[in-house]
Amino acid sequence: MLRRGFPMHRLALAAALAFASTAAVAGTVTVITSFPKELTATYKAAFERANPDIKVEILNKNTVAGIAFVRETAAGQRPDVFWASAPDAFEVLKRDNLLQPAPDVDNKAIPAKIGNYPINDPKGFYKGQALAGYGIMYNTRYLKANKLVAPKEWDDLLKREWYGHVAMTSPSRSGTMHLTVETILQGEGWDAGWSKILQMAGNSAQVTERSFGVPDGINNGQFGAGPVIDFFGLAGKYSGFPVDFVYPAMTSIVPANIALIAGGKNTPEAKKFVQFTLSQQGQELLLDPKISRLPVLAYASFGNKIPAGYPDPQTIVKRAKVNFNADLSEDRYALVHSLFDQTITFRLKELQAATRAIHEAEAKLAGRPNPQAAELLKQARSAAFTPIVSSSLAGQAEFLKLFASNKKEVAVSKQITGLEESWNRKARENYAKAVELAQQAAALAK
Amino acid sequence: MILDADAAPRLGARERLRRHLGASWRSFLVLGAISAFLLALLLIPVGTVFVTAFRDGDGSFTLGHFGTFFSTGLMRESFGNSLYVATASVFFASLIAVPLAYITVRFQFRGALLIQTLGILPLIMPPFVGAVAMQLIFGRSGAVNLLLDEHLGWSLPIMQGLTGVIFVQTLHYFPFILMNLIVALRAIDGAMEEAALNLGARGWRLFARVVFPLAMPGYLAGAALVFVKVFDDLGTPLVLGQTNMLAPQAYLRITQVGLEDPLGYVISVIMIAFSILALWLSVRVMKGKDYSTLQKGGAGIAKRRLKPWESALAYGVILLVLLVVLSPHLGLLLLSFARMWSFSVLPEAWTLANYATVFQDSSGMIRNTLLYCGLAALIDVVIGTTIAYLILRTRIPGRQWLDFVASAAIAVPGIVLAIGYLRTFQTLELWGVPVTQTWILIMLAYSVRRLPYALRSCMAALQQINVSLEEAAEMLGASKWRSVRRIVIPLMAGGILAGFVSSFITAAVELSATILLVVKESQAPMSYGIYLYMQSVSGRGPGAALGVLLVLTVAVGTYLSHLLVERANKTLEHAR
Repeated sequence: MLRRGFPMHRLALAAALAFASTAAVAGTVTVITSFPKELTATYKAAFERANPDIKVEILNKNTVAGIAFVRETAAGQRPDVFWASAPDAFEVLKRDNLLQPAPDVDNKAIPAKIGNYPINDPKGFYKGQALAGYGIMYNTRYLKANKLVAPKEWDDLLKREWYGHVAMTSPSRSGTMHLTVETILQGEGWDAGWSKILQMAGNSAQVTERSFGVPDGINNGQFGAGPVIDFFGLAGKYSGFPVDFVYPAMTSIVPANIALIAGGKNTPEAKKFVQFTLSQQGQELLLDPKISRLPVLAYASFGNKIPAGYPDPQTIVKRAKVNFNADLSEDRYALVHSLFDQTITFRLKELQAATRAIHEAEAKLAGRPNPQAAELLKQARSAAFTPIVSSSLAGQAEFLKLFASNKKEVAVSKQITGLEESWNRKARENYAKAVELAQQAAALAK
Repeated sequence: MILDADAAPRLGARERLRRHLGASWRSFLVLGAISAFLLALLLIPVGTVFVTAFRDGDGSFTLGHFGTFFSTGLMRESFGNSLYVATASVFFASLIAVPLAYITVRFQFRGALLIQTLGILPLIMPPFVGAVAMQLIFGRSGAVNLLLDEHLGWSLPIMQGLTGVIFVQTLHYFPFILMNLIVALRAIDGAMEEAALNLGARGWRLFARVVFPLAMPGYLAGAALVFVKVFDDLGTPLVLGQTNMLAPQAYLRITQVGLEDPLGYVISVIMIAFSILALWLSVRVMKGKDYSTLQKGGAGIAKRRLKPWESALAYGVILLVLLVVLSPHLGLLLLSFARMWSFSVLPEAWTLANYATVFQDSSGMIRNTLLYCGLAALIDVVIGTTIAYLILRTRIPGRQWLDFVASAAIAVPGIVLAIGYLRTFQTLELWGVPVTQTWILIMLAYSVRRLPYALRSCMAALQQINVSLEEAAEMLGASKWRSVRRIVIPLMAGGILAGFVSSFITAAVELSATILLVVKESQAPMSYGIYLYMQSVSGRGPGAALGVLLVLTVAVGTYLSHLLVERANKTLEHAR
């Protein structure tokens, strides 16, 4: 604040400083991450204490900006380490040859798999550094004010009384939401799974653009509950917000990753940093209540350092009903995103209207059986909550291949956009039809 | 006294031509310099990214992606929504800004300057925390709705749907109209009004037929800015969950991890084309009309004294308006002192800890914000004034395009510009340091992204100055440069300041390009600091505290620049 002077002056100074620093400190590890400050600051401090001659520079960027930054920087100038939650980000970097494997960096005590999911990239390009599970976060004060019972399972969020109180994000915006959606689809099967997701979305007040938008909105009481990654829920609770978090039976546990960037400035020192995050000491840092993440290292090696009541990933995985299939998820990645956005994100208003009409009809019919009305209601539910793409079509390799192909080709882009267009229109029609059917059913109840 | 261009002493056609040619080599030089700036910092970097929109899979040229755009129903729907929101926002922003400007300029009014300054504050809506504060006040479980629900049993869904977008955009951007209109109203020749009064025009008729039309360049500059900015704005629709508008559709496609969708760039190109069209239309409206007056600075329009009940009414209206438009900032202030605020009308536990946290690591950030935004705004007004001069005072071919190209920057998503910079300047070095490792790119990105704001204000200011004044100076022997320096710039000062302030303020809250271009935490400005805090649950308090500091810093910066211009004006008057 005290420094004065003209920009040119400062520029020369900055240049001189930068010059000096490239010469003197060969040991600066630059880490690109989307993780919160509490986590990165803790790791930076602990690592620099253990390695006084190496400095850590944290560059916080959201996942998209992080990838773009690495891609657009010349080799030799690039940052050294990429550290983030979304597994798809690492796949993209790997595909573009921006990662380098580090077979010599490892902690042998880390198990190979969590449930069915490999902790490290099978080709060795990136490593699991912490575990994350998915579940429901809710605001206790909001629930009390709206007379809602705390949810335990996904099904609780589909109930009539939850209309307008849920929030979720889109799988195309959040790698973690993608895994939640896949977990439900794999656990329930394609049709039943989509039906659940559509009902939950119909009860939602908003599909947020950022994945952090859901926990943020629940923290300030804007939403009642929603699917989030565990540490968001736990950290909110720790910070004193009236929120809580629960793992439903249908959950999966997957790793958050760390990787060496190809063409980084200081690869040898960077390896030391990655090694540190995987070491016993580095893993213990995750248990800090401000961080609240699950270590990849098995709990046996921690002795009595695990706080009481801390979730154990191995137990959660054991009681979880889903055996997560990463290949299946990969194969239909683009299809799931596109289907979600076209029929949910971009048609939320219409889906909400359909869900509301169905809830209202159900409320009216409750307690007075009317076979004709029940049949109409069934049709309404089927119109609103059946996926536009059938399970048989979603299983066809050729169909999936179209979605994975290069959209830069006009012909491909036209074909995909044409399909999306028809889904979007169909969804709109279905939701309108559902409203009509539900209203007919409600009219019969009089 | 009432002279327009027709009655002004006219130079013969031949004389004009001679002068024009005589000055032209210099004009061409200036034109070249500005074109080079726009080419290097806007057209080329953005072109390297947007080229995807025109490329087929094998790299050959195609317009096929545009065909896809026009045949998609969702795109047509989005276009309609964006158009509707932008038009409605201009309407409501005018409803707020026009009375506020008129009352404070036209009547003797205590605290007019304070009100005008407070009226600019809504532009400083720090990223993320601004939205959170809005939600805590007006949202579904915000203070207003909790109170309504408790006492009346109903709530106001004002933050939902397209209505919510219009509401927030109106509150956020009406200062563009306010600022430009105030400058324009002040610049009106009092004699015009006297003449109208002598001829019997009073009250509404006087306002609608004489005063407002004379301020038209300022109003249009502001309204065009609001329209284009809202049409191209991304943040508000996304925060409110409205995806079916053009800017969010482009953004969602451009930033999808792993899938490159040319349609995203196609939408951006179409948005740019439409924004230019809108600006062109606003220029058309002004074409063939001359709103310049000869006498400036001396006798402005008369300040009327208000009767007590009128005065009470005016204060009441103004206070109500200010209360609504400043409530997000009030929310921000409360949030910064809150230990925890969730589902309640007010926070229930207070603390100073947030400020303690922020003061520890933000002094560097404050300095960076002032440095980058100050430099960027300075570049903007220099270029803005120059372009305005080239367009309105010379006949160089292609001068109109400078305006359109510079204004196109408003529709370029920040992330696209930033990617373009990294790509274009990857290998450029300054004093042995790669330019991508310095803060220069951040500053330049600010200046390019905010240039349209300064440009509109400068154009409006120059439109109100009659060319005869310069011609008179030149006939008395002043050189071109001297007449610009001694006549044009001093008379434009108000408009230039408005331009500087809007560039400076909006640059201070820029985030999308900043995130990508920051390479060291020591180079980070405050907007990035807020982003950093808002990434974590426990960072909301410190984020809000930093947001308050940002608002204060920018407000003080704005006030200081006001003082500076005033002092310069005074010195000038002495010199006269």
